[in-house]
Formats: sequence, structure tokens, C-alpha cells
Amino acid sequence: MSLDRKNKIAKRAEQEISDGQVINLGIGIPTLILSYLDAQKAVTVHSENGILGMGAHCGLEEADRNLIDAGGGYVRLENGGAYCDSVLSFSLVRGGRLDIAFLGALQISAAGDLANWMIPGKYSPGIGGGMELAQKARRVVVTTFHNHKGGDPKIVAECTMPLTAKSCVTRIITELAVIDIVEGQLHLKEIAVETSIDEVVSKTGGPLVFNENTVKRF
Amino acid sequence: MNKTISAAEAVSKIQNHQTIMVGGFGVPGTPFILIDALLSQGTCHLTLIKNEANISGMGVSKLVEKGRIDRIITSHLGLNKTVLDMMNRKEVAVEFNPQGILAERIRCGGAGLLGFVTDIGIDTILRENKQVITINGVTGILETALRADVALIHAARGDSLGNLCYEKSARNFNPSMATAAKIVVAEVEELVPDGTLAPDSIHTPGAFVDHVVRIDELTAEYSILEDYVVG
Repeated sequence: MSLDRKNKIAKRAEQEISDGQVINLGIGIPTLILSYLDAQKAVTVHSENGILGMGAHCGLEEADRNLIDAGGGYVRLENGGAYCDSVLSFSLVRGGRLDIAFLGALQISAAGDLANWMIPGKYSPGIGGGMELAQKARRVVVTTFHNHKGGDPKIVAECTMPLTAKSCVTRIITELAVIDIVEGQLHLKEIAVETSIDEVVSKTGGPLVFNENTVKRF
Repeated sequence: MNKTISAAEAVSKIQNHQTIMVGGFGVPGTPFILIDALLSQGTCHLTLIKNEANISGMGVSKLVEKGRIDRIITSHLGLNKTVLDMMNRKEVAVEFNPQGILAERIRCGGAGLLGFVTDIGIDTILRENKQVITINGVTGILETALRADVALIHAARGDSLGNLCYEKSARNFNPSMATAAKIVVAEVEELVPDGTLAPDSIHTPGAFVDHVVRIDELTAEYSILEDYVVG
């Protein structure tokens, strides 16, 4: 059975993670990455509300009223996990100890600018931890659908929505493509087996740099 | 010295037009019993400092829904459509902060500092109307410290001296808020005899805490939210 779009993104994103890393998974698609995590990799998952070594979501029988992730879902703690308060939790982020932040996006520009917290006049739920994650994680990987509902591209030449952080994203993983941001350009590295380079180009709002012979399939 | 008092006595310290801090991140660490006592007391025109506003119909959301809160200093309201709608209708003023900046502003207030300089948000609209300072060639925003008249916090265990231990992800904003208010009130699930908490395991020493309220019985609000079980 083929995976749905969200799970296809999550499964591909898992390959970004190396043994021993400290990572943060934003709400939504990033959370699904845990389901695909290679058991051979010892990874420490950070949650903004003060968890290091967070495990997967759990069912009602295992749920603990005092143990949730930043989106409110009930989670487990892995062996060797630890709790801390919100000050220390964000010292880890701003202090540069986070290897990868997987984040969602409303818009990503060719310069790696990220907008993911506000659509003026329509959607303004607050900033949460996203700004600090985007600005201070050693690596920011965006995991998102390639386009908005209705078809507008999320990957654009320049962001028009309020920024979360400038020049922070280095890789974008969508259900259609893996795109790297290098020196202000969008480099198409991989496309999904279900799509074509032409389709990816037509659904992307900024110029893509690629060599047809080296674009991989995932 | 015995710091234990009732929830009603504790919230009687809060007056109209004051600023309160309330611990918690979602259900874990939110002092629902103290919030209910404040709701019954009817105090209004409050400024509320809290990470989020719980969810509709729960915790501090009830204070906002009843019009008791004029202004919220917070990080994220995405799980509370009722309060977001009130914000959009301008029935309550909301100031959003990056979550760790909110925590650090509270920490600063508690540590007797006036503020700090950070580059978080420097390339965003958060820079607007804030003082910008360059230190060693890096430009940052001056973020001011936050303090409150009264902090309402929740702990798993405490003693009559006010020593507190939090549990799991219920720690969150509680320890920093315990340092940053003129009057600090902690509700505790379990009140243990003085001297029985291991000194090395105490998260908040009693010297920070003015009043301890023992929870007789956890109300329904402390329970698992079945809608949020996704595993």
C-alpha cells in the first residue's frame, strides 16, 4: 500500500537524522517522523515543554496526565529521558545544542527565509517555539506539502507573509520533491516516483536549479 | 512556619487591575483549583501572563471568557479558538512572545534584572516598536523583564514550608513563575511532612513561596483529555 502524502514526507525526512543527534519535531507532519525512526539510531527528541528523550505518542491506557508533547498529544519518555523547565528547554534551543529542527511552513523563499506563524487578517495563533527553533537549530529542515490547498506554491522566490526567521532553511522535503537551498538558489535534488520534474517545476513558485541526470527518485 | 491556607484565602490576595502569572503548558502544571477560586471571587481587569490560554471552557480560558482578563501576555493560543476569536473581536488584548523569550522574560523578572538582549525575531515584525541594541557587532532586541503581583502555580508535591517538586512535563513555566511575583501561591497535589522531600530533589525552595494550598481532590480538569490521545 502506498503511503499517504504526509507519511511519504515523514518517511523521507527520517533519512536526515543521524545517530546521536538531538532533534525537535514541530506539530503536524514532523511529529510523524517518529513512526519511521530507525531503531539503530540513538536520537534524543526535544519537546519545547521540557522533555528530552521524548518517545512516540501513546494510547489512552498508557497516557499520563502529566506527560504531553508541545501539541498536547500524550507521549512516552524514552529510557534515559529527562525533564526540565521552559527556561532550560529554550536554553538548549537558543544555545545551539539542537542538531535539527523539522518545521512546517506557509512559505519558504529561495533565500531560505521561512514564514510559518501568521497570515495577516486570517490566521494569527501566536509564535510558540517556532521562531527560536528556526533561528537557532544547527539545521532547519522544512517538511510540508508542496502547495497550499487551492494550489498556490509554498516554495516561492520571496516570502510575502510575515517571516519566522531569515535564511534559516537548508532543505525542504515535500510529497513531490527534496529541494536544497544553497546560496540563495533552490536546488532540486530528488523527486517522488509518482511525479515528474516538469510537474515539480510547474508547482514551485521560484526557479529550480537541477541536472536532469542526477535528480534522484524517492 | 506553616504556609498552608485555603484556595479562597490564597486568591483573596489578588485585586482588580493586577497582573497575575499562571503556570502550566496545557493541562500539565496548570493550577485549575486556584483558577476556579479566582473565578468564584470575581476579580476583574486582570493582566494574565501564561504560556497559552488552556482550551475553550477550561482553566484560564474561563477567566477570559467571563471577561475578567483585559490583556494576555502569552506565546501561543492555537488550541483555543474561543480566545482567538475574542482576540480578533478585540475583546481581549493579546501580546505574543516567542515561547522561550516569554520564559526568559519571567526568569529575568525573578532574578531581579530589568531585561536582556536577544537576536530572536530581529528580522521579523517583532522588532517593531522595540529598542534595538548592538553588542559585539550583533544586533539584538531589548526584551524587558516580566513580574507579576501574584503567581499561581501547581506542583505535584510540597511541604508546609513551600518546598516544591514538579512532575514530568508539568514543570514547564512553574519554577520560573515561582521567582517572579510579589506573592507566590502554589497548589500541591500531595502535602508531605516537612523535612521529607530530599533536599537535592527540591525544584523550588520554599523561600520563594508565600502560600501553599493543598488540593483535597483533583477536579475533572486535571484528567486526560481523550480528544488529544492520538497514539
